Amino acid sequence: MSTYKVNLKINNLNVSVDEGTTILDAARQLNFKIPTLCHHDDLCVAGNCRVCVVEQVGNRLLPASCATPVSEGMEILTNSMKVRQARKNIIELLLSEHNADCTKCFKSGYCELQEIANEYRTGDHIYLDVKSINPIDISSPSIEKDDSKCIRCQRCVRTCTELQAVSALAVTHKGKDMKISTFLDKPMNDVVCTNCGQCINRCPTASLVERNYIDQVFDAIYDPKKFVVVQTAPATRVAISEEFGMGPNRSTGKMVAALRRLGFDKVLDTDFTADLTIMEEGTELLTRLKEALVDGKDVALPMMTSCSPGWIKFQEHIFPDMLDNLSTCKSPQQMFGPLAKTYYAEKINKNPADMVVVSIMPCTAKKYEAERPEMRGSGYKDVDFVLTTRELGRMIHQAGIDFEKLDDEKYDSILGESTGAAVIFGNTGGVMEAALRTAYEIVTGREVPFANLNIKPVRGMEGIKEAAVKIKDVKPEWSFLEGVELKIAIAHGLSNAKELMNRIKDGSANYHFIEVMGCPGGCIGGGGQPIPTNMEIRKKRAAAIYDEDEKMVIRKSHQNPEVEEVYKSFLHKPLGHRSHDLLHTHYTPRKRY
Amino acid sequence: MENKIKKVDLIFEKVDYLEILDRSFKRTQDEIILDIIDSGLRGRGGAGFPTGLKWKFAKNEEADQKYVICNADEGEPGTFKDREILTQVPEKVLGGMALCGKATGASKGFIYLRGEYNFLLPQLNATIDKFHEEMKNMNFDFTIQIKSGSGAYVCGEETALMESMEGKRGEPRNKPPFPTTAGYLGKPTSINNVETLVFALMIANEGPTNFKEMGTFDSRGSKVFSVSGDTPKAGIYELELGMSLEDFVDEFGDGDTKAVQIGGASGFCVARKHFKETVIGFEGIPTGGSMMLFNSTRSMYNILNDYLEFFEEESCGQCTPCRVGCQQLLKGIEAVKKGVKPPSFLDELQKLSETMRIASKCGLGQSAPNPFNSIINNFREEIIY
Repeated sequence: MSTYKVNLKINNLNVSVDEGTTILDAARQLNFKIPTLCHHDDLCVAGNCRVCVVEQVGNRLLPASCATPVSEGMEILTNSMKVRQARKNIIELLLSEHNADCTKCFKSGYCELQEIANEYRTGDHIYLDVKSINPIDISSPSIEKDDSKCIRCQRCVRTCTELQAVSALAVTHKGKDMKISTFLDKPMNDVVCTNCGQCINRCPTASLVERNYIDQVFDAIYDPKKFVVVQTAPATRVAISEEFGMGPNRSTGKMVAALRRLGFDKVLDTDFTADLTIMEEGTELLTRLKEALVDGKDVALPMMTSCSPGWIKFQEHIFPDMLDNLSTCKSPQQMFGPLAKTYYAEKINKNPADMVVVSIMPCTAKKYEAERPEMRGSGYKDVDFVLTTRELGRMIHQAGIDFEKLDDEKYDSILGESTGAAVIFGNTGGVMEAALRTAYEIVTGREVPFANLNIKPVRGMEGIKEAAVKIKDVKPEWSFLEGVELKIAIAHGLSNAKELMNRIKDGSANYHFIEVMGCPGGCIGGGGQPIPTNMEIRKKRAAAIYDEDEKMVIRKSHQNPEVEEVYKSFLHKPLGHRSHDLLHTHYTPRKRY
Repeated sequence: MENKIKKVDLIFEKVDYLEILDRSFKRTQDEIILDIIDSGLRGRGGAGFPTGLKWKFAKNEEADQKYVICNADEGEPGTFKDREILTQVPEKVLGGMALCGKATGASKGFIYLRGEYNFLLPQLNATIDKFHEEMKNMNFDFTIQIKSGSGAYVCGEETALMESMEGKRGEPRNKPPFPTTAGYLGKPTSINNVETLVFALMIANEGPTNFKEMGTFDSRGSKVFSVSGDTPKAGIYELELGMSLEDFVDEFGDGDTKAVQIGGASGFCVARKHFKETVIGFEGIPTGGSMMLFNSTRSMYNILNDYLEFFEEESCGQCTPCRVGCQQLLKGIEAVKKGVKPPSFLDELQKLSETMRIASKCGLGQSAPNPFNSIINNFREEIIY
């Protein structure tokens, strides 16, 4: 990058910025906020909503500040009469085609169009109503698509294409009919959509939102016949605070307290089954390595993690020939469901038919995952309802609970105990780190050779991370691994995953074990997390996760006493018969179109 | 009348284009470009950017590959001159492209041909085959390929055209960067209208002087006009630029001309009372060639309604002012006509049209309000009553 400086004036103030900086960013440096809608820090420049237009002295046209790089001597006015008139007109135009049903809208209070309209005191409806109302697409169990709320900013399209390499959403038609649609206008559930929900995180309005199941969950809570247990994913506990204006923060104890006040009968932890996942998946990896290295069997390597349901569906659509590489382990959410309705039901003496399992997830793809026909290992629907972090925030608001003032409470037992290894599942690289902490110790009898158990090479926001761990001085039963250099890779965000898969397919890279998370940053950047999202927010959430890990007493999955207990009294051993029935799954090849 | 309107024959004149190229290839890039700059030639697609400058910018870029594109996506309603040029003198178009290739250092050329002109393909491809042989004989590395459009008006916008060529949805890009820096496939590209390329070849043939001496200071040379509407002389004419609209109407009108739409749907409507002071050229009303004459039997409401329907459909839809603005203008005049909105609503719409003009992303949205404004200004009563 060039460090060449460009001098310009914004609102008569001098500023000197790097060459290539946009007018928008230069104005930010002077603390002038220019309103934007189509702009998003995670995405490429679009310049199509035009609310960020500014006046450039000497230019007949008003350039879009998000899309125009600064040039030497430029004089910019961000709030001149010309700009104000144009901006107000543009906002009014957007409102004239928008289904401004704000009082009933799920995004009211979070809607960027609403915010800008309020700011500019528009809403006189100077223009004619040109909106068209079509049925809302609720075909997907994860995502609702309402075109009448769409402002055609194309953030979702750019998200789906650039960040996720899925391209389920695209622009179709032109002129007044231009819209965001799918291949052949098919319903969302019938296309390549992975349900990752990243589009929802970036939709400025309520055109794309999660299917919400808040009322169904309250119905279950208030049904005296139902015993409702809730599980919480690792990444929700560092982000739920954002729903209450507290920024990304460790708030596990407050979240548990809030869930109890909402009326859940038991508040349990997906982290417990994250630890269990490490036992199953770690064993599966070691078994595959043994089969490959000792038995000379033709097993699928590299083995790939299977915790992220967006990634799973992506793989089923885009690389259906590589499904054998996926670990057969269910995700922690789906390990929790069947255990709750078998092992746990027995322990607490409940009829699983009367149990309702609710998940609080940073994820929208988990909603789809829970609906998969193969997710009925307990004989019942293993997980009944999946709520996003945002939906939980909404429930707490509805119940009038002052989240900030809650005292910390602890998870119920059993299925509430977890380790630091489990909580880091929320970050990209976390499953890998947790697996290494356990597998290395099983094989060598020693802790991983990293200071304070923190395996730094697998951490961070780089799209694809690679590392190698040399295995030495192994226990006798693992002698086949002596001297082996375990090669690993980590990808987060599906475009990075695609890139990694292509490297493996074309033979330019070789690994034993790969972690993939469908969302940028891993689950902390999941499609069910609080809005907005950007790199800075994701980094704060990630830091909170590592902080939580460091503060845990136990930081290795195999040392979770409840995990030891479940193997002793119920599962017997990893990859055992019961594990196979309850904790493992299979995948379905799907077509791209 | 003949002495007021000067007819010219540069475009359709048969010349030995290979001989022109042969001479040009022996010159330096700068010599060729200087002649074009000196001639004052400006783009004939309508926007009027100085052609020589465009070529110079492309030439000055360092790149492993550069491109020349001939914009033959002639989609402006009322314009049909490029079709005729490609039919009658296709070899001169190819010659112009090769000249541009030489001047800018491009070895590949594309003709982006309007989908409706696909009937020209056999003849054009045969001409291109012959051209390729000749280039080989002349030891000049330059090939031309045709890409067919699919009917979207916006693809005539140069960056939307390149998106379309790249197999993407035809949506205009943000500028800068301009095509001469990052055009087709991100490489420096000079994109020129069909007619511009032929003029460039003719300037290379005879030097800049003859061309420069025609027209006015701002509008040098001649231009091919597509004359249509209420005229006994509909057709294609190459005329010297800078004439008054009055002289034009004297020549082409039917004696009852009430208004002339200059520059097609995205152009301006001039009423009879302004014929005298209206100059056809870049200092007055520029045009890509379309001249539509309307006599007193025509309803200006219907004409405006047609244009607005056209834009409502042909906006690519990506930017707000154009996508929604075009709908509002159309629905707005309908509402005023029906009495649903008061006549003063037209003033609100004119404010909107100013926003569209200055805040739209590309030339389509910036010029779509032109017919609206000029018809409202001149024929307000016909819109209201």
